[in-house]
Amino acid sequence: MAGMNEAELARLMRAATAGDEKAYAEFLRGTAAIVRGFARRKIVQGGVDPEDVVQETLLAIHLKRHTWRQDAPILPWIYAIARFKLIDAFRRRGRRIEVAVDDFAETLAEPEQETVSERDIGRALDGLPPGQRSVVSSISVDGNSIGETARKLGMNETAVRVALHRGLAAIAKRFGRG
Amino acid sequence: MKTDELIKILGADAKTTTLPQGRMWLMAVMLAVIAAAAVFFMTIGMRPDFMQAAQTIRFLFKFVFTATLAITAFMVLRMLAMPGAPAGRYGRWLLAAPLLMAVAIVLELIVMPSSDWGRRLIGNNMMVCLAFIPSVGLVPLVALLVALKHAAPTRPALSGAVAGLLAGGLAATFYAAHCTDDSPLFVATWYGLAIAALGGIGALAGRFFLRW
Repeated sequence: MAGMNEAELARLMRAATAGDEKAYAEFLRGTAAIVRGFARRKIVQGGVDPEDVVQETLLAIHLKRHTWRQDAPILPWIYAIARFKLIDAFRRRGRRIEVAVDDFAETLAEPEQETVSERDIGRALDGLPPGQRSVVSSISVDGNSIGETARKLGMNETAVRVALHRGLAAIAKRFGRG
Repeated sequence: MKTDELIKILGADAKTTTLPQGRMWLMAVMLAVIAAAAVFFMTIGMRPDFMQAAQTIRFLFKFVFTATLAITAFMVLRMLAMPGAPAGRYGRWLLAAPLLMAVAIVLELIVMPSSDWGRRLIGNNMMVCLAFIPSVGLVPLVALLVALKHAAPTRPALSGAVAGLLAGGLAATFYAAHCTDDSPLFVATWYGLAIAALGGIGALAGRFFLRW
């Protein structure tokens, strides 16, 4: 998965735009690996969790995917968004934690573990209106498809898609404000 | 939430229904032009001697200047709205309008006696110009900022400023048809100030409104 190249990513994204959900998930996984590497290289001090940057970048890429021109190279587009989100994360950290990072150096340098991040997207879920929240959690937590979610919640598929899209936009907005 | 879960959610939302960028920009610019034209013709309108003036080089040059500014600003704006696009390379085009103006000023200074320079610089319509260009450009600026909001400007303040230059170039193109001061000395100074004001408003608005 790591090291997916320009041509491969562009092909997957083109297929995704045409409605291929499998290609889209594959594109997102490849992009996540690239952004993770980028974020880990750039974040040398603590205070910003690289995985947060990965998630925020994926969300931004998702909501702004119409700004990629199908004939333009896709890697510069991905990196530009990742850089934008990384700077955003640094700026927020600067505002929040004014104390010296050195004080926490040992805690931060502990062996890598699956930590629950403070700025977890899961937490942003709690702030959503009930309708959007049940749609988003049905898909993420229970792993249902759009169709299954629609049947479970007694909605039609279009309404599920709209609620999902609005929920994602609301989560992204919450991040930006952080 | 783990990243894999997020990917699962995003994957379900694969289908995009958003307006293609090219069409969105076309709509935004058309809206901007219509708004500027509406305000212009409902308020001050064209100067009475428009047809005669259209035969003088100074009058025509005003349009060359303002249209060049608007067109180059639009091209740069499109690049700024797309992450990873070579905005820096296109940015140089923004020098075209000021360079044209610099040449026109030098020619004006050569052709006109120095005793005339002050009168030509101050002109008759300074206040109208300073008030009218920003107010005609305001609605177009809002339209362009909304378009930018739908795009993905990774440099929000700069993008807002360039949107302001585009709105200013557009407003000035209309205003030039009303204004009877045609000297490049006047245009560079007062048009320039009015357009720069829109650029400043755009930068400020971009900074606060265009975050994503």
